[in-house]
Amino acid sequence: MTQLGARPAAGTRVHQPGETAVRVGPVSGRVRWRQVVVALAAAVAVVLLGAVSLGRGDFPIGLADVLRTLVGLGEDTQEFIVLQLRAPRIVVGALVGLALGVAGALFQTSARNPLASPDVLGITQGASAGAVAAIVLGGTAGGGSVLGGIGVPLAALLGALVTGLLLLLLAWRRGIDGYRMVLIGIALWAVGAALVDWLLTRAEIHDAASAYVWITGSLNARTWAEAVPLLVALAVLLPAALATSRTLAVVQFGDDTARGLGVRLVPTQALVVLVAVALTAAAVAAAGPISYVALVVPQVAIRLTRGPRPPLLASGLLGAALVVGADLLTRTVLPQALPVGVLTAAVGAPFLLWLLVRGRRRSTL
Amino acid sequence: MSSSTDAALRRQGPGGLGGPQGTAPQRGALLHQRRTRLLGLLLLLVLVVVAATLSIAVGSRGIGPGAVWQALTDPGVPTEETVIVRELRVPRTALGLVVGLSLGVAGALAQGHTRNPLGDPGLLGVTAGASLGVVLAIHLLGIGTPAGYVWFAFAGALLGTVLVFALGSAGRGGASPVTLALAGAALSALFYALVRAILVSDTDSLDAFRFWVVGALAGRGADIAWQVAPFIVVGLLLALVNAPALDLLGLGEDVARGLGQRVWPARLVGLAAVTLLCGAATAACGPIAFVGLIVPHVVRAFTGPAHRWLVPCSGLLGAALLLLADVIGRVVVRPGELQVGIVLALIGAPFFIALIRRRRLAST
Repeated sequence: MTQLGARPAAGTRVHQPGETAVRVGPVSGRVRWRQVVVALAAAVAVVLLGAVSLGRGDFPIGLADVLRTLVGLGEDTQEFIVLQLRAPRIVVGALVGLALGVAGALFQTSARNPLASPDVLGITQGASAGAVAAIVLGGTAGGGSVLGGIGVPLAALLGALVTGLLLLLLAWRRGIDGYRMVLIGIALWAVGAALVDWLLTRAEIHDAASAYVWITGSLNARTWAEAVPLLVALAVLLPAALATSRTLAVVQFGDDTARGLGVRLVPTQALVVLVAVALTAAAVAAAGPISYVALVVPQVAIRLTRGPRPPLLASGLLGAALVVGADLLTRTVLPQALPVGVLTAAVGAPFLLWLLVRGRRRSTL
Repeated sequence: MSSSTDAALRRQGPGGLGGPQGTAPQRGALLHQRRTRLLGLLLLLVLVVVAATLSIAVGSRGIGPGAVWQALTDPGVPTEETVIVRELRVPRTALGLVVGLSLGVAGALAQGHTRNPLGDPGLLGVTAGASLGVVLAIHLLGIGTPAGYVWFAFAGALLGTVLVFALGSAGRGGASPVTLALAGAALSALFYALVRAILVSDTDSLDAFRFWVVGALAGRGADIAWQVAPFIVVGLLLALVNAPALDLLGLGEDVARGLGQRVWPARLVGLAAVTLLCGAATAACGPIAFVGLIVPHVVRAFTGPAHRWLVPCSGLLGAALLLLADVIGRVVVRPGELQVGIVLALIGAPFFIALIRRRRLAST
């Protein structure tokens, strides 16, 4: 995070608790230690949970064997299980959590509203409508439909992107007003939900059941074919998201203040929303709309870092930790394997509630 | 004190309360606003009557006005048409009327109490709680009819709202719009997680649940309307009592307290009304989104922010909207039906978006 105002002389401490001004050569900036610590802790948690997760399942493998397999010294069966079955699933989980966490933080900051998340704004509902249409119309009930032919992930991707673009276009009136965006998003959400509910009543019950698993968000049977496109998408979108971070810090003060401080507001907002929509779409196409990660995680991150707004990187890493951890739980603790989306909500929601009850009231975002 | 206290406050400041001291143009403006409100109220009443008439006359079998009148007034030999009107259409219309009324009123109250135009009862845990109640009833007890769900849905809705308000106001500083909305979202997430955990592993429950969750007036007999009616009546009374207090609470809790409003009793009455109304409506028809959210926004255009007008008018518009949506649902895919919840979302959303885009949002 770079300085906004005049540059401090080398070695000057900015008098903010928990912050240190740093200058390396021509680059100066502030380090917010809580953000760094939370992000690091989350990253460590992702790695640890992922390592444990690689060894767990119907065929348990010890940590030493997992490590040996990862460097290419394991047996063939173990190598297949670890590298072809479990690793893609965990990688997809971590990437999806990362994407959803960052997307949620972007939406919440740009709309200045804690409820603004892809779940509430209808983008994941749009994806669900696309996917359910593909499952139901392409299944035993209909057939011959265009949506049925293109496959579920692509239909979900299209649904999310179309809804996201609609959101951007409809909320656009010489720039995006955060409040208007949330209201329009809720309307789009309702349309998506109505379509999903209606399609479910029209479907054969088998199709309805598999569609229901999909809209809960699941990591079952994910392969490298899902992980690689997601990785590519994140490699483009994540730097773009982080690049907006500095401007977002100004946007949170309100449109007028941001303009006064020299932010070109309209392009910034459009870019932020587009990046967030694309992140969500990529995540949803890979694993379904894993519920509430994007809503809950940034709010948890904001309370852990005690910052003024959801920190992007920490939100993403916490999201990854939540999804990987929830997936580990579904495969080990629970008597039957539930889709991971059930667990993310069941784990994330009480944590947010606990923070709410315990925490000081914040009427800011 | 006139019925438009808030308008008086706005135009004249606290010193000029009471009307008679106001100058001539100010009095003219007040009269004009009152006339607009009365006209709006009248229009809404007409709209409700028209909607109810359509709801009785229109369906997969059209019945002429003469036959409808005969069925309603003449206790003579029952023909096929009079049976349809008396046994099917009238109970369905009555149910639509009370449910729409409840949802509209609950929406206006919820938005007033959360001071958030997004304060849809659905965001406050009602829908999620009711869904959980119904799923548990189906999954554990094998109940499979809307009449059987009613009490479980109601219990779930009560539990949901009470928990949301308890948790939302448990933090230091009490309930604020932000903590309420977040508590509602988090608790809904938790409830839906349980719902999904059950439905994903139990296809039979999903089969019953998917027809409840769309929200419909079809297949609900008069008995359901009678079951929920007492709760709705109490809820409506509480709402009318609560409405004037909301005008003061809207100025902020500190100001309201300074003006002599007792804050906590008013909050409790309001929340009880929202819970009863919304819980009963959801129990009767399944979750019907959008009425509670959209109706107060429309009504505010002619009532202004005064809740003693906003609350009853929202109820009337809610009833008219629900009945009209139900009629449309019967017509568009004849001889089948589109459930009212789906029609509402598909019609309501574009309308809502147009409304938002047209208006200058004086929010934040």
